[in-house]
Amino acid sequence: MSDAERPTDDSGDEFEPIEVFPEAGETDLRPGADDCYKCSTCDTECPVAEVDDEFPGPKFQGPEQWRLKRQDDHDIDESVMKCSNCMRCDSACPSDVPLSQMHNTARAEYVEENVSKFSREYWRNRMLANYRRLAPLGAMFPRTANFVTGLSATRWLGEKLLGIAGERELPEFATETFREWWTKRGGARVENSDKRIAYFHGCYSNYNTPEVAKALVRVYEHFGYEIMVPEQDCSGTPMFANGMLEDARRAAETNVRELAAAIDDGADVVASCSSCSMSLRQEYPELFDFEDTEAVAENTWDAVEYLRVHEDLETELEGTAVGEEFDDFAYHAPCHARNQGLDGQTVELLGLIDGVEAHDVGDSCSGISGTYGWKAENYETSMAIGAEMFDHMDDADATAGLTECPTCSMQMEHGTGYEITHTLEVLAAALVGDGADATGANATGARAE
Amino acid sequence: MAIEDDVLVVGGGLAGATAALAAVERDVRVRLVSHKQSTLRHASGLIDVLGYTPAGEGPLSDPFPALADLPEGHPYERVGAEAVRDALAFFDGIAGDAYAGAHTDANALVPTHGGTVKPTARYPAATAAGLASDDRDALLVGFGTLPDFEAPLAAAHLEGAGVPFAARGVTVRFPGIERDDAKVTRYAHLLDRDERVETAAGESTARTALAETVRPHLEGESRVGFPAVLGDDRADAVRADLADRLGVDVFEVPMGPPSLPGLRLEDLLFDALSDAGVRVTTGVPVVDYETGAHGAGSSGPARIDRVTVDRNGSEVPHSADQYVLATGGLVGKGVESDRERVSEPVFDCHVPHPADRYDWFVDDVFGDQPYARFGLPVDRDLRPLDADDALEFANLRAAGAVLGGHDFAAEKSGSGVSLATGYVAGRRAAEGCR
Repeated sequence: MSDAERPTDDSGDEFEPIEVFPEAGETDLRPGADDCYKCSTCDTECPVAEVDDEFPGPKFQGPEQWRLKRQDDHDIDESVMKCSNCMRCDSACPSDVPLSQMHNTARAEYVEENVSKFSREYWRNRMLANYRRLAPLGAMFPRTANFVTGLSATRWLGEKLLGIAGERELPEFATETFREWWTKRGGARVENSDKRIAYFHGCYSNYNTPEVAKALVRVYEHFGYEIMVPEQDCSGTPMFANGMLEDARRAAETNVRELAAAIDDGADVVASCSSCSMSLRQEYPELFDFEDTEAVAENTWDAVEYLRVHEDLETELEGTAVGEEFDDFAYHAPCHARNQGLDGQTVELLGLIDGVEAHDVGDSCSGISGTYGWKAENYETSMAIGAEMFDHMDDADATAGLTECPTCSMQMEHGTGYEITHTLEVLAAALVGDGADATGANATGARAE
Repeated sequence: MAIEDDVLVVGGGLAGATAALAAVERDVRVRLVSHKQSTLRHASGLIDVLGYTPAGEGPLSDPFPALADLPEGHPYERVGAEAVRDALAFFDGIAGDAYAGAHTDANALVPTHGGTVKPTARYPAATAAGLASDDRDALLVGFGTLPDFEAPLAAAHLEGAGVPFAARGVTVRFPGIERDDAKVTRYAHLLDRDERVETAAGESTARTALAETVRPHLEGESRVGFPAVLGDDRADAVRADLADRLGVDVFEVPMGPPSLPGLRLEDLLFDALSDAGVRVTTGVPVVDYETGAHGAGSSGPARIDRVTVDRNGSEVPHSADQYVLATGGLVGKGVESDRERVSEPVFDCHVPHPADRYDWFVDDVFGDQPYARFGLPVDRDLRPLDADDALEFANLRAAGAVLGGHDFAAEKSGSGVSLATGYVAGRRAAEGCR
């Protein structure tokens, strides 16, 4: 049911609702619980329940647990921490029950009430959730950081001290962050008051894969856009998943303020990471009520989707080619892209470019789900969920991977050893790379309709 | 810029997938947009054509002669019996070895988890060894942690229904599952992956452990029925493996929701969509539409020019030449009701219903419920009609449970109606492309 159809109470007669619940002022999740008719479709979509009997599934974690909580003597069940926040249950539910919102709320309450602030878990989770705070340290001395985090001794310590899965390799820091590069370059090279975007690059493409962010810049400038790179904090995704709603709230406050200011300057917001766009579009309005939260959500887009709607991207891609740098890909659509209706987009677009093909590896979850698969206690579950994707990647007619989500790409690489690329890098190569016709720049500034 | 296609199908269930597959055969560009997971997950996975007449006569041994007698406005009457046959043949081509029953017009009788017998036209290969017309004795095996299938009770019901074989039921523990609330996908996954499990006799693999659990209960039966949780992606291999180890035929008994045979059918359809080059967009609703120029003169029906797809707040325009509405019925939310009226939420097509809410139902729960037939009236081209019997739109067709005039639950006609009308709507949409 769309917002447009939500009944509004505009009847003129005096209607005094009866206060049934004490928590007026908080988000009312009761309609969510009431709309659930127990069809269990969400349970069939849950990747964790499929590999772990100990996880009671999204139907319990959301509506049923909410009801249990009406009884004062019930705490949130600790199993809520086994939910990976993939949000597949949201797009499963035929009744629009806001499952992930209920899970996020329950998880925050569990961490608040039941997790000791002195426990190893709490600080480990806080550290993982606040990667954005630690990354600058690594980015200051990237080579040292990469050397130290790559040491087996470091990984052993990480597991023993903090409970971070020793099997995983910490992502490498780039020797120059995207923002450093952007500043050095002198910022935007195209000025255009009619076509502006504000780039929400997120943490990963700033500190770890600036090549993705640079590809976005090249593609958008090719289409004649003026790019703004506003001040920004983490999108909050890893914080929701760890029940750290206060940390997320602080980050969201900064993001909403800065992005709303860019929107006032005539920009639309685009993100290259599917979890970032998901967070700004769906989780912010569900969990926060800062001024302009809705405006930011409504004006945020996936970076590729935006060009599809606002430019004639398909015509532009027809007849382009990429050279030797890319071969065929095994493509995995992240859960958070799937939930935004972006599941078919990459395969459709790459089909237009000569010399490269994307083979979809199916609709399974990669299993890493951001920080989830980094925790020693979840590593096995994470790999069990990922097994189907690894199998399909092996079967696909390709030896390289493609996805839009940073942690999915880590999992893909971890499970197959393939090198993983972001879709924007392929589009940049086709539109403005060696294989592209460099005269095709659409710098007219006219907005295609 | 709208995202452009020739045919846009709204809805991702059996009717929508069939419409998209039928359209793409004609070499046009087809997109399927679906919002939530379809009601295939509630469905048995059986393909019924007609089990009972609207008057309640049945079970019908052959559905086809009865099609000619259906009342005006019934979806089958709209498309004609020939289209039903064509659609079944089309389905057979898509399903290949995954489904059986194409060798005859007659209905097959499939035992259900409640111990009833359901007449159906096509059934999954997993169910083939379990037909009620087969006179071989059967052992039904249920699991203590899966109370939806009470095997001894189902066996007693079957015998009470007069099946031509002896049925016996036992309840065992499913090796590798301790908890009462494990999901059906967990059972399937254990067997798919043949995971290591702990048994009383030590560690073993899931399939071996299950076969060893059942073996002592066999008393000469040549077939064994399990609840339909025997694998998902590798269901055929799981079944063959169990049959091999036990030396008997193994079959699945269709279950209530959530249903693995329904999930497997969904996977089969979506694989076919992908192979055929249908563009698929899931997880987002169509929330609005715009009409363009009218058809013949200004008096003709309006043409849908574009629809708006809501992507987490962003409005993405999609345009096509022809549209198919396959959003489901009351359960699939393609037909909605509030205290005032019954409506179709995407294009606001006319849904005939009594003005007084108390006339929408009768007190007898299993009686002839008016609401069960609520849905869109259509012409013989499956184009929705307004209150004056005029076309709602020139380029919209409707298929599946969104159509009125039939009570699929009582008639056992749900899958057949989705297939036949999906097939016709998809083909006509493609033919109508300019």
